[in-house]
Amino acid sequence: MTLEALLVVAAALLGIGIYGALSQQTFVMIMMGLELMLNGVMLAAVGFWAFAGGGAPKGQVLVIVAMVVMAVEMAIGFALVVAVYRARQVDMADSLDSLRH
Amino acid sequence: MSGSAWIDGVFWLLAVVAIVSGWRVFRSQSMVRSAFLLLASLLGTGAIMLLLAAEYLGFALIFMMALEMTVMALFMVAFMMNPAGLNPMSMVHQHRTAIAAGIVSFLGLASVGVFADFPDQPAGSATTAVEDLGTELLGDSMLVFESAGVTLLATMVGAVVLANRRGRRGLADAGSLPPPLDPETPQREGQPAQDGGHHHHGGHG
Repeated sequence: MTLEALLVVAAALLGIGIYGALSQQTFVMIMMGLELMLNGVMLAAVGFWAFAGGGAPKGQVLVIVAMVVMAVEMAIGFALVVAVYRARQVDMADSLDSLRH
Repeated sequence: MSGSAWIDGVFWLLAVVAIVSGWRVFRSQSMVRSAFLLLASLLGTGAIMLLLAAEYLGFALIFMMALEMTVMALFMVAFMMNPAGLNPMSMVHQHRTAIAAGIVSFLGLASVGVFADFPDQPAGSATTAVEDLGTELLGDSMLVFESAGVTLLATMVGAVVLANRRGRRGLADAGSLPPPLDPETPQREGQPAQDGGHHHHGGHG
């Protein structure tokens, strides 16, 4: 296990996540793409912490910040999906053609 | 810890699990299955973190994601029109652009990872990662830690406000009608009859 191998795996996860976030039409599937991107980011950060940062504890703090971003994204994302569903009864991004209720 | 053959083998196994299940997330017809495939991908990443001796982060990721994906699967059953994929349909747009963007970002980042020159400072084998993290979170990085806590609190308040049926300007679903059906959009299943748009989703009234 080397830093290069870890970074290639992380890049693959991030690339798949970008594909998903751009291509999916359903809100929840778009959020899954974002999750996959953050998954790759966290893997790369842990890889740098373990192989290039000499195990400095600040590297782990960075991963915790990425985890907080993940939790915020999911919670606010779900709340927005509920709000949009109440207002428009849609669950697909293409069905939203205006921002007004 | 690098260099030992079984760690390499386990790493590549977990990497294949993470990448393949991540790819299958967007190839599965069933959204619930997609949620559990995403969980498999995240569990693979969490296990790689454990392999790298980041025990706290690995377990935190695994527990957090197991709960989160369960919520996601329940959420899909509650809200989405076709969660089980019983009626196969393609729900993608700008497919070619998305594939190109994914491949370009993968190649770009992977080439940075392979060809860039990073410092070679592996964490020592006698590292006390969890203890270091605890000291750091309650020491120098306490502001970061507390900010994260306050951010999560604000997120909870914001999520409750956004998801609440009683909005500032009356009921959030007042006058809400399903979108018109036209040949461009797939047939919506289980659509309730239009009775003035007052569908109650577990709310009062």
